Amino acid sequence: MGQTLFDKIWDAHVVSSSEGFPDILYIDTHFIHEVTSPQAFDGLRQRGLPVFRPKQTVATADHNVPTIDQHLPIKEELSRYQVDMLTKNCKEFGVELYGLGHPYQGIVHVIGPELGITRPGGTYVCGDSHTSTHGAFGAIAFGIGTSQVEQVLATQCLLQSRPKRMKIEVNGKLQKGVGAKDIILYIIAQISAAGGTGYAVEYAGDTIRSLSMEGRMTICNMSIEMGARCGLIAPDETTINYVKGREFAPKGEEWDKAVAYWETLYSDADAAFDEVLSFKAEDIEPMITYGTNPGMGIGVTQHVPETASFEAKEQGSYKKALDYMGLHDDETLLGKPIDYVFIGSCTNSRIEDLRQVAEFVKGKHKADNVTVWVVPGSKQVQQQAIAEGLDKIFNEAGFPLREPGCSACLGMNEDKIPAGKYCVSTSNRNFEGRQGPNSRTFLASPLTAAASAITGVVTDIRTFLKEEELV
Amino acid sequence: MATKIFKHIQTSVVPLPIENIDTDQIIPARFLKATTRDGFGNNLFRDWRFDGDDNPKQDFVLNNPNYSGKILVAGKNFGCGSSREHAAWAIADYGFDAVVSSFFADIFKGNALNNGLLPVQVSEDFLKKIFDAVYADEHAVVEIDLVDQFIKIVATGEQESFEVNPYKKACLINGYDDIDYILSQKGKIEEFESVR
Repeated sequence: MGQTLFDKIWDAHVVSSSEGFPDILYIDTHFIHEVTSPQAFDGLRQRGLPVFRPKQTVATADHNVPTIDQHLPIKEELSRYQVDMLTKNCKEFGVELYGLGHPYQGIVHVIGPELGITRPGGTYVCGDSHTSTHGAFGAIAFGIGTSQVEQVLATQCLLQSRPKRMKIEVNGKLQKGVGAKDIILYIIAQISAAGGTGYAVEYAGDTIRSLSMEGRMTICNMSIEMGARCGLIAPDETTINYVKGREFAPKGEEWDKAVAYWETLYSDADAAFDEVLSFKAEDIEPMITYGTNPGMGIGVTQHVPETASFEAKEQGSYKKALDYMGLHDDETLLGKPIDYVFIGSCTNSRIEDLRQVAEFVKGKHKADNVTVWVVPGSKQVQQQAIAEGLDKIFNEAGFPLREPGCSACLGMNEDKIPAGKYCVSTSNRNFEGRQGPNSRTFLASPLTAAASAITGVVTDIRTFLKEEELV
Repeated sequence: MATKIFKHIQTSVVPLPIENIDTDQIIPARFLKATTRDGFGNNLFRDWRFDGDDNPKQDFVLNNPNYSGKILVAGKNFGCGSSREHAAWAIADYGFDAVVSSFFADIFKGNALNNGLLPVQVSEDFLKKIFDAVYADEHAVVEIDLVDQFIKIVATGEQESFEVNPYKKACLINGYDDIDYILSQKGKIEEFESVR
């Protein structure tokens, strides 16, 4: 019997496996940020332990940082304190910090890949559920709690039971205007926000294979939104070309050795999965969410489901979600006025996302009723966007390019969506209050978000693309 | 380091029959700025519990004096979303020792177990029975026994067994700590590093 990609990587990292115990899994790189690490460092102090492998630990400040005037001290006292605490802890324990002002600073799941730290076959953890992003390289990567952050700081290992394996295949040709974000929102809408719980999910099929690394990261990023432990995609030429030449990628002989290993990383033809699901690319429309979890998504032309279509015991929760969103049964979102558009987050803030949005908005201007924030995922993405002149296109369109950070994805820093306002957001979560108390989130792709910013209402990007073809 | 011990509890319960309760509801991100583990209970379910002016919302169960107890009972897929351990800290800090649901999100379950907060997964049927019991009598008592792995509605005698990872069970009953265990295997870690 052959092995799955997941099992090949897992087995290569098992330090010890004993009956009745979770495996002790070796972690190649541990990413940390300011929110989920301070209590872990405190734990080390209480135990009198050092960071076991500081060179395999990488820190950045992203959740609390403002996205304008980053050269000034952070205004909010508690945010500033938490970021300062990270600086102090990294200094004390000898951990490399790409903090505010550093040319490598950015959202932790953007900087790992762009610096060549994330590689095929590796194991990566971070006190952040969107660590699943790094699985796009054919790696095992998942989010952990702070007690586990302490565990990895202390031992470079994690106690972990092997999850079940699921394969999700997507085959066929995507419609114009449909991208990676739509694929993952579609999958989650099909299998629900809990449909992947307990599984490591491998994405496969020719549609997935045709995606860029940025697209693959968007897919793996949202694996956690269906509850999956992690998501991964077998490495191929696209992966290898992306990693090659990056700051911390292997060089010379080391590179050749690494590539030879990476080429063995795929699920064998006879590998057994606990569950296999298949979807057709042609069935996927531009997607948008209408509710308060990422599984509550529909094609942009579809109608909000009727309460009566749910089982009686689910109807209360469903109605609560619609009430929160200010929506009603059978409503169509197309044409619904919006107030904010947020293009950013670890799901969609990479250079390819920005290029795609810039290409679309060039020569257009946002609607008067909409405030637009474009937040690059990292300092490097920001610099690249400026070098390519994207900032000018954005400015002319009324889409100001801000500075890197998690921004309006999570309502923790200064960038919050006001109560009652609607935001078309390229981020990953539409939970109640996620973008600010009583804010209302419609999750969508960067193109759908950009098109909606131009019209001021929820828009089907395909109508624009048709018009542009005719011109 | 020793951690909190859990063996057995018998208490009234607090019902929260909502599905997909995510960790942003349990503790919103704007309250994650503390650098210690204490005090998160004050902001447990903050935006469901208090209005924009910090006044308690009377229709939320934690503000209803009729309901109290050490067990929170909630709808399926409890704890989905962010990996923030602050969610488990907030629930424990508020005074709960266990959460009962018909389904738990993975990371939350692990975080709870690492903090002496027992996640008890029951069938949909049994979950409904608990809700029925507490809505019939708000003082209805539920017993959870980790040693023998069962949960029981005391008034009716109805009970169900639940699963728990045997290693984590031993940790909870004895107050063992994951880091102490891995550190005891340090030789193996160094050996692993040297041969790969």
